[in-house]
Amino acid sequence: MRLNSIIFWAVITLLFIAAALFIKSLNWDELAWYVVSPATQTGRTNLLFLLGGLEYTLKMSITAITISIILGLLIALPGLSPSPGVRALNRVYVELVRAVPILVLIFWVYYGLPILHDGININVFWAGVIALALSDSAFEAEIFRAGIQSIERGQIEAADSIGLGYFGRLRYVVLPQALRRILPPLGNQLVYMLKMSSLVSVIGMQELTRRANELVVSTYRPLEIYSVLVLEYLVLIFIVSMGVRWLERRLQSNEAA
Amino acid sequence: MNESISTQARAPESTATPLIEMRDVTKLYGQFRALDGVSLSVKTGQRMVVCGPSGSGKSTLIRCMNQLEQHDAGEIRIDGKALSRLSGSELRKVRAEVGMVFQQFNLFPHLTVLENLTLGPMRTRKLPEAAATELAKEYLERVHIPEQADKYPRQLSGGQQQRVAIARSLCMEPKILLFDEPTSALDPEMIVEVLDVMVELAETGMTMVVVTHEMGFANQVADTIVFMDGGKIIESNDPETFFSNPSSERGKLFLKKILRH
Repeated sequence: MRLNSIIFWAVITLLFIAAALFIKSLNWDELAWYVVSPATQTGRTNLLFLLGGLEYTLKMSITAITISIILGLLIALPGLSPSPGVRALNRVYVELVRAVPILVLIFWVYYGLPILHDGININVFWAGVIALALSDSAFEAEIFRAGIQSIERGQIEAADSIGLGYFGRLRYVVLPQALRRILPPLGNQLVYMLKMSSLVSVIGMQELTRRANELVVSTYRPLEIYSVLVLEYLVLIFIVSMGVRWLERRLQSNEAA
Repeated sequence: MNESISTQARAPESTATPLIEMRDVTKLYGQFRALDGVSLSVKTGQRMVVCGPSGSGKSTLIRCMNQLEQHDAGEIRIDGKALSRLSGSELRKVRAEVGMVFQQFNLFPHLTVLENLTLGPMRTRKLPEAAATELAKEYLERVHIPEQADKYPRQLSGGQQQRVAIARSLCMEPKILLFDEPTSALDPEMIVEVLDVMVELAETGMTMVVVTHEMGFANQVADTIVFMDGGKIIESNDPETFFSNPSSERGKLFLKKILRH
């Protein structure tokens, strides 16, 4: 027992020393926070430029998420059909879209799609939205399907016995209950989606990541600028997570567990 | 019987065709014959209790009556309409007229008691909200829990939940009410409050088909007792005859087992 605690404290001390030495070895004098410091004129200009990307990140993500939720639900429904042929539609879509990396999908939509037809003239924003929404819809379809399948048979029978049809049953009985159950995975997907929007920077979308990249090229200060970028995503996603939690709590208290 | 006064309103149309008519109905689960050539008819105002050992097909029988289960052969007519020939929307109309009370209540947990009751009237019968609410309150009164309207099902006892479920069915103003072992999931002290509501309902002249093991209720309320075993109707009698002198051996055996305690 005594020996154990001696070893324990020895290890802790060693780790401490190692960490201190490591931190001391860092190139602290290389840091130049002034490029993003609100105290300097350059810093303020740069920060405003970086934060300006927020508008595009948000616009794109919110549009893509809205589309993907609707699309995801529409794709989940055939997956719940008793007919194997109809179910196959769902399987093919999900397996196909899920297999394509989002970055590849972005390239395909932005550079590939316009070649298909002269009439298709897609801008960066919509290329990003379409790629993100498509990719996300496959995952959301699975989340919806699982949520709807988890609703007890008795609920559906009760809805049938008061004469509700397919859509009435879905709208008033199944979806409100399924939504409560899928909120955690749906929130996960929302956060994931928000992060994946950074990929659209590669086709020139002026969102958060793209702006950071551009600033890095002109200032040669990747550490400081990417640190700010990390912070931006951190705050954004923290707010979204809080929002989802709040929604979960609200729906639960509604049901008065 | 003096109940006939309240049944009179529906009497004229009923004398001709029975409300429910089953002919040679068969239901298969794979190789298992859950229903094996069942024929019966229920007239307006009739109160039928279906009993029998577990697995005898009694639940399947009433679940076929509103097509929660689809039968494989034979014919079921509700109010003269053959169920297997109905389209989706026609079936929905029939279902709206055939209420069902489940063993597990199956209330909608995300809706308040009042919302549970108004959902069907508003969405199926297209009543305006005010009318649906008034109707719901009236039926909550009938099942003796008007004060629980704004609670959620989870906040109620089992007996209260089942009474809400009965009120939910009543709000559709059905022609027939089916009960699938309505007291089997309840604690003993709550069975009485549900049975009391059902007895009162019977006294208003409601047509009822009840699957139950509550033989006291059967004796008090039923005018017909149907005894099933092995997916077949073994005998169908008035309660006095059934309880004092069942015509089948299996019926005698069943009564002996069930009435022993």
